[in-house]
Amino acid sequence: MINYHKPKKIGISILRRWTLIFLLGEILFFGLVGTNYISLNNLQDILVASTTVLLLATGETFVIITGGIDLSVGFMVGFSSVICAKVMVNLETAGFSQVAAISIGVLAALLLGLIPGFINGFLVAKLRVPSFIATFGMYGIAYGFAEIICNNIPVHNLPSSLGTLGHGYLFYWLPGKIFSFLNKPGNLTRDELKHLIVIIPNVVVITFIFIAIFAFILAKTKFGQHTYAIGGNINAAERAGVNVKTHLIKVYMISSFFASLAGVMYVLQYITGRAPAGSARLLDAITAVVIGGASLYGGKGTIIGTVIGALIISVLEIGLVNLSIPTYNLYIAVACILIFAVLIDQFSPELIQKEEEI
Amino acid sequence: MEPLLEVKNITKKFGGLTAVDNVSMQIFPGEVIGILGDNGAGKSTLIKVISGVYHAEAGQIFYEGRRIKISNPTEALKIGIETIYQDLALAENMNVYSNIFLGREKLKKFLGLVDVLDHDYMHSESKKVLNRLDINIPSLKNKISTLSGGERQAVAISRSIYWNAKLLIMDEPTAALGVAEQKKVLNLVKTLSSQGVSIFIISHQIHDVFSVATRLLIMRRGKKVAERITKKTSADEVVGLIVGSILGEYN
Repeated sequence: MINYHKPKKIGISILRRWTLIFLLGEILFFGLVGTNYISLNNLQDILVASTTVLLLATGETFVIITGGIDLSVGFMVGFSSVICAKVMVNLETAGFSQVAAISIGVLAALLLGLIPGFINGFLVAKLRVPSFIATFGMYGIAYGFAEIICNNIPVHNLPSSLGTLGHGYLFYWLPGKIFSFLNKPGNLTRDELKHLIVIIPNVVVITFIFIAIFAFILAKTKFGQHTYAIGGNINAAERAGVNVKTHLIKVYMISSFFASLAGVMYVLQYITGRAPAGSARLLDAITAVVIGGASLYGGKGTIIGTVIGALIISVLEIGLVNLSIPTYNLYIAVACILIFAVLIDQFSPELIQKEEEI
Repeated sequence: MEPLLEVKNITKKFGGLTAVDNVSMQIFPGEVIGILGDNGAGKSTLIKVISGVYHAEAGQIFYEGRRIKISNPTEALKIGIETIYQDLALAENMNVYSNIFLGREKLKKFLGLVDVLDHDYMHSESKKVLNRLDINIPSLKNKISTLSGGERQAVAISRSIYWNAKLLIMDEPTAALGVAEQKKVLNLVKTLSSQGVSIFIISHQIHDVFSVATRLLIMRRGKKVAERITKKTSADEVVGLIVGSILGEYN
């Protein structure tokens, strides 16, 4: 018997994974035409460059699956970076140890960052304000507050040991001599420093730990299941006994948590806090989620898809830099990919149907 | 035998309009009752009093012999009264077994630490209930959006049966279905009835109601005008009762 369905099945599985294939194609392309594009350092640079988009997009995925959108995350990054930096500076001046100042600063930014998310969720779920409006309002409020907190100037003079963490790596390897975990080996000669191989930046490690946790929550738990149900049919979810309002508030808090985390990562990377930090990344984040297969109508999307979507953007961005092509071309390219992604989704719904565990 | 549900002298008013006027009826375990009437006859209002959506101004409801008060749909669900809504209340983006278990997911421990969804359990339990009801769906991992109207209906019904519904209220279950599908749903009604589930069926398709219901309740202008054993009446008589050209015993 000839299986006539086989070619079709292969076609479907290619179409289902087009983003992954596209991403690998991108890397291959820049690897061939760029200089040193496929090298450990450059690939790590891509990951570092993508942390903000990755984090924002992960939180945004939850919101978009419920059928909403969170625009506030753009300025939430700046809001949280300013709080984080300001607390660190003030505590250090007040005589706290650097470790204490840094930990409290990070904690304060992450905790205060939950408040805008709670307000967004409350407005959307309880007062039925459209998410676009509620979070757009919060977008402005977060920016305004950030500027007030930092008096319109970037926060400087942060604890000096911040860079050790923010610019550090998980492993340091001097072939044949040293292999060290987290600690950069001291007393190296200039020549040894040149050959020191650094593996996986700390900020990337932290980013992916949180992404993995929330990918697990979305894919494997009751919470994730209810998130999909709300996006699919909010009335069905309500009738089935899901506490839709509380759930939505939690979802918006997840989104603002990730935005705050992105703010903290910004402080670690750039050793400063700025009100407009990360605001340009808002649309990139939403784009990443949509490229990753989520629908703005809700009910669809995965974290792994979103991660691939975010990487497609930053691989392209670093690739254009590598080829010395002006970055404004990036906007054109990303926009085309975005529209392409939505078209694929629109015109092949029945092809892409398959058995799924949600 | 004791009736599963009995309502006595139910009256429901909306302002000056009496939507349901002093209606009494009983349904026994495994019985299928067709509620017939023209638009505005009060069928849906009566049914919504039973499912907890509306509160009657007067009258009593007895369930399994005990007098009860149903103050909201969740309470009705808890005691086993389930309404199959026309929009079916399914999440189309989710698969069959996830819908059957929606809101009541079965969990298991992952690495002894966190609760995760137990897909295997939900899948096999759903399979069991579908088999019990003779429902054939190719894969329970298919999303609802890929199913036909009749299959969706079947999933919604299976869900209520799995969660121990004893009384199903079906409002226009065959509307918007193809002929073959209508037949499947009606067969499902018969299967349910043979397994002891009581069903109220509201439909404009007199034919459908005749094929499954053992008793018919005819309403007109909020009043119950007649009650007939299906075998001892005809479509002509029932239509006459509905439009008022024949007077029923309660007129």
